[in-house]
Amino acid sequence: MKLTDANPVFRALADPTRRAIFEELTRQGEQTVHALTSYAGVSQPAVSKHLTVLKRAKLVRHRREGRETHYRAQPDALAPMVGWLRDYGAFWRDRFDRLETLLERMD
Amino acid sequence: MSNPTETTRTLVIERAFPHPPEKLWRALTESPLVAQWLLKNDFEPVVGSKFQFRSDPMPQWDGVIDCEVLVVDPLKQLSYSWNSMGLESVVLFTLTPEESGTHLRMEQSGFRPDQEFAYKGASYGWKSFLDNLERVLTGGTA
Repeated sequence: MKLTDANPVFRALADPTRRAIFEELTRQGEQTVHALTSYAGVSQPAVSKHLTVLKRAKLVRHRREGRETHYRAQPDALAPMVGWLRDYGAFWRDRFDRLETLLERMD
Repeated sequence: MSNPTETTRTLVIERAFPHPPEKLWRALTESPLVAQWLLKNDFEPVVGSKFQFRSDPMPQWDGVIDCEVLVVDPLKQLSYSWNSMGLESVVLFTLTPEESGTHLRMEQSGFRPDQEFAYKGASYGWKSFLDNLERVLTGGTA
């Protein structure tokens, strides 16, 4: 399994609030931290923290305009994760090959 | 939200092995044997017992998969939960005797409803999230 590439993305999206924020950004387009805070129903520092994690996973990008920071989704960052989920099939097929070999040895 | 039965993701791998179910069952349930083909583990074939599979650690992943034994039906079915990196799924092995050996079916299904995060009437579980992935990737979400 090539988990390395997909990992920051999985980590970032393992949290339901971050998933909600990310989905909101993919649906609504660019949003300010302010708008996201009222949407997410948690404190602004909490939202900022979540956005930092999403930013590290390259799932969002930001730009400053005056006092406001605007965030937008970068859905392309999901590509490694989609690849990894496909790889789960490859993982089990590979393990079945090893099981076959083991069964031969058990004879 | 669409029908949950339609949105559940399932991976199925099937193979016929020229060996009797008894032998396959051992390979699936004896911890040292499981380690030889699947992953290092402290598995015990006891319903309700918790165990871990350990893969090689990688950057940002300790390589641990947390599991709990769900079904032990000797020579027929074995099932355990498979939770890693916030992804919860269930692995189910089904053995069917055949003339020339055993048919093994592995079904990994996710992602349990209790993972759903209800917020403002919408849910943000992995299940619905993954279903949206392709759509998101093709840019059709606006």
